[in-house]
Amino acid sequence: MIATLLDITIGGLLTGGIYALTAVGLNLQYGVARVLNIAHGEFIMLGAFATYSLYTLFGINPLVSLAIAGPIVFIIGFLIHSTLFQYIRSSSESTGAFEGRSLLASFGLLFIIQNVALLSWGPEIKGYTYLAEPVNILGTIFAANRLVALLFAVAIGLAFYLFLVRTRLGKAIRAAAQDPVTAQLMGVNIHRVLGLCFGLGALMAGLAGSLISMMFEITPHMGLRYTVIALIVVVLGGLGSIPGSFIGGLILGLIGSIVTYIHPGLSMVAYYMIFILLLLVKPTGILGK
Amino acid sequence: MDNVRVTSNKRALFLALLILILILAATMPLYIQPYTIISLTSIFMYIILTVSWAIFSAPTRYISLASASFFGTGIYVWAILGSALPLPIVVGIGGLVSSLLALFTGLLTLRLRGMYFIIFTFGFSEFIRHSSQWWEVNISGTEGRWVVGVDHTAIYYAMFILAFLTLITAYAIRRSRFGLALQSIGQFEEAAAHAGINVTAVKIITFAISAFFMGAAGAIMATRWSYIDPSIAFSPLISFMPVLMAIFGGIGQIYGHIIGASVLTILAEVLLTEFPYYYMLLFGLILLTVILFLPHGLVGLIERWWKGRLVGKHANT
Repeated sequence: MIATLLDITIGGLLTGGIYALTAVGLNLQYGVARVLNIAHGEFIMLGAFATYSLYTLFGINPLVSLAIAGPIVFIIGFLIHSTLFQYIRSSSESTGAFEGRSLLASFGLLFIIQNVALLSWGPEIKGYTYLAEPVNILGTIFAANRLVALLFAVAIGLAFYLFLVRTRLGKAIRAAAQDPVTAQLMGVNIHRVLGLCFGLGALMAGLAGSLISMMFEITPHMGLRYTVIALIVVVLGGLGSIPGSFIGGLILGLIGSIVTYIHPGLSMVAYYMIFILLLLVKPTGILGK
Repeated sequence: MDNVRVTSNKRALFLALLILILILAATMPLYIQPYTIISLTSIFMYIILTVSWAIFSAPTRYISLASASFFGTGIYVWAILGSALPLPIVVGIGGLVSSLLALFTGLLTLRLRGMYFIIFTFGFSEFIRHSSQWWEVNISGTEGRWVVGVDHTAIYYAMFILAFLTLITAYAIRRSRFGLALQSIGQFEEAAAHAGINVTAVKIITFAISAFFMGAAGAIMATRWSYIDPSIAFSPLISFMPVLMAIFGGIGQIYGHIIGASVLTILAEVLLTEFPYYYMLLFGLILLTVILFLPHGLVGLIERWWKGRLVGKHANT
């Protein structure tokens, strides 16, 4: 009994950690930069494939790849925001119009990135084995890579939280999230901060992708599923709340793990059920304002 | 006086054009290839989806991503009743069941606004897809089902008639007091409520009307596929396409929706057959170009060009 309970809990936290990272990224992009980025999952996919290629072609350790794939995806995200979304922002008359147009633009991005990935890596399912040896925790057996991934997910989340709370740049980001116009009046370079937020959101996605590639098989089509889960977690934790996203991710991971234990194949249905109930009862989420 | 004559002339011209198009469309199957008929049927289908999506979403500015759930419901109605009843009745039932679903979701969701409404409707249709998939695998034990087919010309005519009805309905709603109420909701909902409009009733009824046509279109379209399963019937693409098409064409005008749906359907088909490996890339690039440089869609481009021409004429005289 205790073994099963532990199995469910740790299994849930493992997937929850990944969900949390992706959700923090999406929350930065929507909560601060006001871009509901449907292509978020594509950045996860890019991170995963970058790590895969670095490992299979050059034999680079996936954990080292975090430091390579992450910055690459960050730069891509930053450039996309400072060209594409900046242009839309400056040519939209209201925030509502900007949100609508950037949502559609992110669809365009989804198509483009996915097609480029299909051309570069092919449509097949890919995967590699890394740190697959079993580890025994109180009688339950886990693959080592999953524990390492959880560890890294938590570490990355914490580091990012400290960055937001402790640094000057983090303060600028929080100010921009609360009120972009006032933040600009106080001397925050809003264009750069919004670009940075979008880039950091992509970075989180890329890092999550790297971790995912260590544990699961990857395909160029894997993105949308993670985007949807990230969206659910963001709403669960509260739009704009970074700690909320982290807690929401862990909760959703746990729920998924429990539901899968009761009836495999029902986890997606359960996620949507929670999502719908949540929007009806408390649309602002757990930690939302 | 002169102005009146110009508008009545314009109206007569417009009516003549409309009748010409109707006759052309009605006699089409007599002299063209079966393949073209199939493509035309797809174009009509997307016109129905886009125009009916816009009946609700364009004036109220509530972006609904639930189209797939209504369309898919229609498909399933055909799959269940198609072998027992004649086509028009099943299509009607498909529409009605979708309307009921829309009434139900409308009652649940229409207090949500903005982004919350968008993600709710998306989540709702994904929920229906996943749960019907789960139901088929675990409860009824059959994933997917075979569907009774109907010949292409019959589907063409059914789709054509439905498209015509959709357009008439959209136009009638737009011109009525009801349409004005919808627009005032889109502009300022509280003010509309204070002006005496029963905001909730208007929104829910319109949502149900728009779902009726989507469900009916689904029931017709189901006859073209011989096999369906939840991931085909409730494909999220069906939710996104009407939004893209309406914005691509120009969201403010009904003819914009028609142009957007037709051009994008043809474009997607050409790209898919000519450049199967770069299809999504090109589609994405076109989408981005339109969003960046044509915020008012193709109609905006046409109108700008038209105005430019008028100015040019005056400059010459």
